[in-house]
Amino acid sequence: MAQINLETLDFEQPISELQQKIDELRNVADDSEVNLSEEIKRLEDKREHLTEQIFAKLTPWQVAQLARHPLRPNLSDYIDGFLTDFVELHGDRHFADDQAIIAGTARLKGRPVMIIGHQKGRDTKEKIARNFGMPRPEGYRKALRIAKLAERFGLPILTFIDTPGAYPGIGAEQRNQSEAIARNLYEFARLRVPIISTIIGEGGSGGALAIGVGDALCMLQYSIYSVISPEGCASILWKSADYVQQAAGAMKVSAAELDELGLVDEVIAEPAGGAHRDTSSHVLHVGERLEAHLESLCALQPDELLATRDARWRAFGAYKTDE
Amino acid sequence: MSWLRKLVPSQMRGDSAARKASVPEGLWAKCGDCGAMLYTAEIERSLGVCPKCNSHQRLPARRRLSLFLDADSGVPIAPNLEAKDPLRFRDTKKYRERLVQAQKKSGEREAILMMHGTLKKLPVVVGALDFDFMGGSMGSVVGEAFVRGVDVAIENQTPLIMFSASGGARMQEGLFSLLQMGKTSAALARLADHSLPFISVLTNPTMGGVAASYAMLGDINVAEPNALVGFAGPRVIEQTVQQKLPEGFQRSEFQLQHGAIDMIVARCDLRDRLYTLLATLTHAPVSDETTTA
Repeated sequence: MAQINLETLDFEQPISELQQKIDELRNVADDSEVNLSEEIKRLEDKREHLTEQIFAKLTPWQVAQLARHPLRPNLSDYIDGFLTDFVELHGDRHFADDQAIIAGTARLKGRPVMIIGHQKGRDTKEKIARNFGMPRPEGYRKALRIAKLAERFGLPILTFIDTPGAYPGIGAEQRNQSEAIARNLYEFARLRVPIISTIIGEGGSGGALAIGVGDALCMLQYSIYSVISPEGCASILWKSADYVQQAAGAMKVSAAELDELGLVDEVIAEPAGGAHRDTSSHVLHVGERLEAHLESLCALQPDELLATRDARWRAFGAYKTDE
Repeated sequence: MSWLRKLVPSQMRGDSAARKASVPEGLWAKCGDCGAMLYTAEIERSLGVCPKCNSHQRLPARRRLSLFLDADSGVPIAPNLEAKDPLRFRDTKKYRERLVQAQKKSGEREAILMMHGTLKKLPVVVGALDFDFMGGSMGSVVGEAFVRGVDVAIENQTPLIMFSASGGARMQEGLFSLLQMGKTSAALARLADHSLPFISVLTNPTMGGVAASYAMLGDINVAEPNALVGFAGPRVIEQTVQQKLPEGFQRSEFQLQHGAIDMIVARCDLRDRLYTLLATLTHAPVSDETTTA
């Protein structure tokens, strides 16, 4: 019988069961003289086929679940995976060091870059320390301080977005969460270095956008980006969080749908079954794609870069006019 | 019984339709805050402020701008923009139907009205959100009209003033709405490049994606008395932190205390106060208007 695994989503269950069988057979094969390689090969083919089948027709809500997968690679995995010389920088210089945001200098294939991103945390202890990736105003102010540092030293900025949203707390409001987010939108629009934002998991509303204004938007294949969480949307418009699937569908939150709407510069493909099935090769692939984007953006003069960024943001919107 | 009904005068029958018709339409209104029954003409005169409890009630965008600008000076900016339905969104109702309803309810095409005109002869661009249009929510049209207002302000080298009243970003346009936050904020950065002032007037309520973008980016932030202003709604915060919020949380007075706004200005003083400020910031010559204000 399959055991209940909190790290397996319901639609991943059949794949996970097959994997378990394969693992068991492998153990048996190791211990005995019997040659099971053919049987193992057969099951592996079956697993691949099944994965393909299931992942070919994911609903938007299933994509959202993958985007929040407990095993999904997080910012630390990307930093360890394709960057070198990472030095973490801390604090907003006013109030605190918000650990929901990680920031620091690094190199991508030798090129100096600045890294800013959300981190939700893996185990309970880390999740609490990082407030589940929900920054308070000091997190956004830390991000801004470090973005300005990048500008001063001419480092392009890579931001990595993975947050349920900005933290809705009493202290956060007292310290003006709205202004912290708004200020970043305003300042990031003006930074004279290239900015590439990548949604690596969950792009939750203003809390995501606060480090998402820049020159290019990449989304991982199974990431989401939305104006409000599917849960929030369901409880406001359907008056019940039970309608979360409908809400996710209606808002078109998945990378593929947003790409179709022309809002994404590149959807970065993930391994079969999602990034968490093959983290090491996945993070390297992401590094390569970001390098390619950096290459073309770094070729622009700062004035050209800003003019292009202005035009890009000016153009977002879908409206009719009879002028 | 129907023959008997016919004999009874309509007022006595208690037909609701007939009864409504017997009371002159809109002569009286109830204050939403203190419950006082007020003569509509009296509220009109007090600019939508309850004379009993001083509660600043919502103003339709059109009335807001006509009260603020010099008489007949307002010229609409980009009045022809209309919402599209890029996601073909439907919840319990279609977005398109909600738009039609909102247009009927507000009498406006969209949730924003932008104009250029004069404030005590000082040329300005001024805009207002209309809460009656889907809660003043910001979608593509609001973002675009705001940016066009910024364009006109830059072109004519005038200050920009924006009255906000909004629940936040418009869910029905999904990510398009979220991106309007970046779009409007980026436009303000352009305005600042031209050293033109932006005054943000926060009215009840200014929340979510509107607060977390252009509305908190005023060179001067002004709030009307007792306006609810913040990022997360009080209910969401209460659910998150599992405690009751203190009285006055996120209200104008709270925001002033916490340094988020420069001042609280009563509606009847807005014209004078903003004029004085803008005239000083833009080095306008001292006029009778300034000295009497």
